[in-house]
Amino acid sequence: MADRDIAKEDAIHPGRPVVVSRYNLGARINHWITAASLILLALSGLAFFHPSLFFLTGLFGGGQDARAIHPWIGVVLFFSFAGLFIRFWRANLPEKSDKAWLAHANDMITGNEEKMPEVGRYNPIQKFNFWVMAILIIALIVTGFAIWDQYFFDWTTIPQKRIAVLIHSLAAVALICIWIVHVYAAIWARGTLSAMTRGSVTGGWAWKHHRRWLKELAERHRVKKPAAPAE
Amino acid sequence: MEPSPHTATSNPPVAATAANLSERDLVRRSASSVPPPARQLEPVAKLIDVSKCIGCKACQSACIEWNDTNPAIETNVGVYENPHDLTPDMFTLMRFTEWDNPQTGNLEWLIRKDGCMHCEDPGCLKACPAPGAIVQYSNGIVDFVHENCIGCGYCIKGCPFNIPRISKVDHTAYKCTLCSDRVSVGQGPACAKACPTHAISFGTKEDMKTLANSRIEDLKSRGYENAGLYDPPGVGGTHVMYVLHHNDQPEIYSNLPRDPRISPVVNAWKGMAKYLGFAAMGLAAAAGVLHSAFVSPNRVSSEDEEKAEDLVKEKT
Amino acid sequence: MTNSWTDIRNTDLVVIMGGNAAEAHPCGFKWVTEAKANRGAKLIVVDPRFTRSASVSDFYAPIRQGTDIAFLLGLINYCILNDKIQWQYVKAFTNVAYIVKEGFAYNDGLFTGYDESKRDYDRSTWEYEIGPDGFAVVDDTLQNPRCVWNLLKAHVATYTPEMVERICGTPKDKFLKVAEMVSECSSPTKTMTSMYALGWTQHSKGSQNIRAMAMLQLLLGNIGVRGGGMNALRGHSNIQGLTDIGLMSNLLPGYLNIPVEREADFTTYMSSRAFKPLRPNQTSYWQNYKKFFVSFQKAMWGDAATVQNDFAYQYLPKLDVPAYDVLRTFEMMHQGKVNGYFCQGFNPLLAFPNRQKITESLSKLKWLVTMDPLETETARFWENHGEYNNVNTASIQTEVIQLPTTCFAEEDGALVNSGRWLQWHWAGGTPPGEAKHDTWIMAQIHLRLRALYEKEGGPFPDPMLNLTWNYKDRNEPSAEELARELNGYAVETLYDPADATKVVLEKGKQVVNFSVLRDDGTTACGCWIFSGCFNEAGNNMARRDNSDPDDTGAYPNWTFSWPLNRRILYNRASADLQGNPWDPSRKLIAWDGTKWAGYDVPDIAPNAKPDTVGPFIMNQEGVSRLFARGLMRDGPFPVHYEPFEAPIANVIAPKIRGNPVARIFQSDVAQFATSDEFPYAATSYRLTEHFHYWTKHNRVNATLQPEFFVEISEQLAAEKGIAHGGWVRVWSKRGEVKAKAVVTKRIKPLMCDGKPVHVVGIPLHWGFTGAARKGWGPNSLTPFVGDANIETPEYKAFLVNIEPTTAPVAV
Repeated sequence: MADRDIAKEDAIHPGRPVVVSRYNLGARINHWITAASLILLALSGLAFFHPSLFFLTGLFGGGQDARAIHPWIGVVLFFSFAGLFIRFWRANLPEKSDKAWLAHANDMITGNEEKMPEVGRYNPIQKFNFWVMAILIIALIVTGFAIWDQYFFDWTTIPQKRIAVLIHSLAAVALICIWIVHVYAAIWARGTLSAMTRGSVTGGWAWKHHRRWLKELAERHRVKKPAAPAE
Repeated sequence: MEPSPHTATSNPPVAATAANLSERDLVRRSASSVPPPARQLEPVAKLIDVSKCIGCKACQSACIEWNDTNPAIETNVGVYENPHDLTPDMFTLMRFTEWDNPQTGNLEWLIRKDGCMHCEDPGCLKACPAPGAIVQYSNGIVDFVHENCIGCGYCIKGCPFNIPRISKVDHTAYKCTLCSDRVSVGQGPACAKACPTHAISFGTKEDMKTLANSRIEDLKSRGYENAGLYDPPGVGGTHVMYVLHHNDQPEIYSNLPRDPRISPVVNAWKGMAKYLGFAAMGLAAAAGVLHSAFVSPNRVSSEDEEKAEDLVKEKT
Repeated sequence: MTNSWTDIRNTDLVVIMGGNAAEAHPCGFKWVTEAKANRGAKLIVVDPRFTRSASVSDFYAPIRQGTDIAFLLGLINYCILNDKIQWQYVKAFTNVAYIVKEGFAYNDGLFTGYDESKRDYDRSTWEYEIGPDGFAVVDDTLQNPRCVWNLLKAHVATYTPEMVERICGTPKDKFLKVAEMVSECSSPTKTMTSMYALGWTQHSKGSQNIRAMAMLQLLLGNIGVRGGGMNALRGHSNIQGLTDIGLMSNLLPGYLNIPVEREADFTTYMSSRAFKPLRPNQTSYWQNYKKFFVSFQKAMWGDAATVQNDFAYQYLPKLDVPAYDVLRTFEMMHQGKVNGYFCQGFNPLLAFPNRQKITESLSKLKWLVTMDPLETETARFWENHGEYNNVNTASIQTEVIQLPTTCFAEEDGALVNSGRWLQWHWAGGTPPGEAKHDTWIMAQIHLRLRALYEKEGGPFPDPMLNLTWNYKDRNEPSAEELARELNGYAVETLYDPADATKVVLEKGKQVVNFSVLRDDGTTACGCWIFSGCFNEAGNNMARRDNSDPDDTGAYPNWTFSWPLNRRILYNRASADLQGNPWDPSRKLIAWDGTKWAGYDVPDIAPNAKPDTVGPFIMNQEGVSRLFARGLMRDGPFPVHYEPFEAPIANVIAPKIRGNPVARIFQSDVAQFATSDEFPYAATSYRLTEHFHYWTKHNRVNATLQPEFFVEISEQLAAEKGIAHGGWVRVWSKRGEVKAKAVVTKRIKPLMCDGKPVHVVGIPLHWGFTGAARKGWGPNSLTPFVGDANIETPEYKAFLVNIEPTTAPVAV
């Protein structure tokens, strides 16, 4: 059991159902800025990636504007993600139990979660997504600067730019794939979205997906008195 | 074939002529496809005879004047190259190399006019993501269409000769157009017109090869055994060619690539990466769809909720 | 040029020495590339630097600046010793067989008659022996020890390949390779062309540099033939026109002279210009001098020039000194003897040597008028530009009046190119701002002065009041009117001298050419050599027919070439004594049994028999001169003299400094440096990217070569710790400049007399006005001394020192 699983804002609100605070407002805003920039980056980036998607530049006011704004959004994404990183990196550190969980990963995908070991704040797939995203975003920002010719043309040589643009495109593809998994998982596991909308999940959700986290919270008496008597 | 433009060494037409380069003469168009051209124009070429070039920069001057560009007045950094590199305002540049010929022990001052080579297989066009920003005419001219250019700089990465430059003013890419506007009305490029020693000639590619051969023969008679024509096959040949005294060592001419070809990195980026990328993203999406089709959503049951309530009660 | 630009394509060997045609004359240089392409011609470049010309040459040999005569006499010596002489040509067409007067001698670098105190020669022994028949004595057997051949042989014997290497620093093997290539052109079917420019003229012995090559060309039989000749590449557009039209203080148009003080009357003046032939049957064309002179006077003063007043001879000024050349003028200005100075199309502050002295001189003027299309440094000499022009403005009282003029592209008129072609051009633009044509400005000055003379009289108003001024618009003579005046016209109806009833030309008509000019005042002609340029056939300078029958390179119907539309001077020398071309593939003119005819206008009377009349019709001898008689101040043969500032002593005459008869002003003596203090041999030159101090005002040219630099060898850079592209200070005994250093393999140290000599190259295109970055010119450093014969300043060889420094400070 580790402190790292417990964020300051995490708290149990007794009631029917039990409600568990998971993300405070700051975290949620941070997340959605990240999400929005990532989507915009994907849309503008894909427009340059393949001619069949060039029409997407229309969303940004045309090719010139898309080209001009894409790197700036990248900068926003980088700092925004950096914010998330600072918030969540500890909770995403790997631990021994992850191994056992992963051994049962198949049960997770087939929906037989009950058979799996209890999970803290994040399960290993979430952790994997987190770290891969972090690495890809660093790769993207570094290679992005190398090909941001408007301001940094002289910082790299043309052969370096060639390698940078290849890495940038491959990293972007990988990031989009990870993002697809992330979004799908959030939708598939019903009740998840509310964590990033209202900031809270139901006790049942926590019990099902992150039982160790819930237990830990309960253990530490991180329970708020209900504001109003339960129904 | 349509009549070829006049060479710059003969007297070009003085009467107004209708432009003979239009959309229907395109054989390639960046990030898009074109219908097969209605006609095939005779391929043209500019031949730069390095052995006749005196490095006077009249070509640079003519290029600035004709294209009405405004390159910066820089400083002297200990060399004759000015501006110091190609810029969005300087489409051609004399590059000077002082080379000690190890065979003769003599110094040679190799002066090469750098600029777009108008590759038959243009890397810039291949790399360009903007539909119609780079086009290739059936006479071989590779031209940039600035209203379609988005200024991404991919052409720079695609070019095996490191030629295009992006303007800081209008954020579009610039390079030698082979004076397509002049050629289309029967004139030679401005640089060829200005060249005082006829080191730059312009005409059909066939004629230029013939001219090159006579020059090579002359150079061989003067002891340049390895004189030859630089028309690199790695890019399908070029529509700007060099006569070099030392064709066996093009790199001594300010790093003229020995065997230029579109970089494998660029090929990977514009080829494999695209297919892999789409495949990966498609697979990820498809996996989601399939998963949702076969596996019902992961719902929290009321039991789970009760368990949670129990846990909470227990602890409070 | 004896030949023309287009003729260079006919040559077998181009020798570029004393110039850098590719760099300074890139458009003309195309004819070298044509020769290489068409005839497989070879190109030799001899220069202290590996130049742009050298970059496309077949052979390059280095030479220390200022030692060309040693090299050229070395070549002559080589040709003599190896019998590489075009003997038929030399015997028939040169003065090789002429006997020189008893008493003439050459010893220790000096000829007979030297007077050290006057720095001048008594040249009376430098003459031919004249026989009882009044003609020069010749010995066709060449046995007489005093014949020119034997004197020449002895004179050049010193200049062995070893001596050439010792003086010039040219490695012996390289010199011998050049000698071998050059000497092959002694074949009648091989020709060599000499292309030279300011690299030969801007020396204290500039005229002799050129003479040395001319002598070599004569020995090889290369004068007057296609692809041969002495081809001076003129440094300015229309500088040829400037000399033709006599814009020198001692010249009248067409190479006539201004009288000197001792020629008090016309008879005396003409007595030294009789030009009696020195051999039987010779043309001695200057016998017509009086016709040209009188016609000039008639063009100037019309009816006021009469037989009674010796055609207004007294209207001409009489020179009290040989010439008021630029050096003398500025020396006088420096002494406070000049009040006002008109500076028309000239930039003395950058163009004349010893800039410090020029600034001081201009500061002593009461007024300075500049007429220029550009904002010249001279017009701004009083303005402080920090280190670039560090003057105390408040202390300068000179009133400067700037008159903006039009530029060539805004004017109609003709320019004379190096090949003597008068090419008409038409205004291509309207003048900007307040700019006015030079002709308008000059007319206004004249009309105002004339009005003053009319009102106030004065000691001698006649030349001013009687000047012909019959232009349609008195305020602005048109280019056509002036051109017609230069061509000449009949003042009176001209009758055939053989048949007085036959009218040759009606009064007022344009003369066909100078052959009809007369010395009785019935013709007027502003410049006899131009006559024919604008006759009754119209403006021949405006002709644009570029056909060239049989590809001879003559282009006879393109514009007008003086004299008489002749394209190659002395072209009669292209044929042998029977009148057949030396080289049938290069026929120019030939004798058909009764007359001369061919591709060019014959440079001889059409009916002059080939075995009788010599081809060098301007010379009294009818032949060319290997021995120049007394016509050159510094010797009938060239001698190697070191520059006034030289890194080594004169090897052949150690006691002689510089040219022994070059004029030196007392005030400059202390400013000549020695190599102890200033060890490096500097030279100045132009770059292709610029034209003098003009194009730095143009944004495009300024882009292509933006900043002042000097060029030095890698060895000197290493020795001095000078970084590539770093700042250096270069200073001479007269001033200093700061420049960027271009460290290059193209300059290498030369071994001269056992001592390494480092060359510092200083291009001349920067100043403190214009679009390019501020800089200096080499004239801040160069000495105030000129050529012994024509006073062209010694810009090409002087001494400097060099060290690394920091960027200069502007204001």
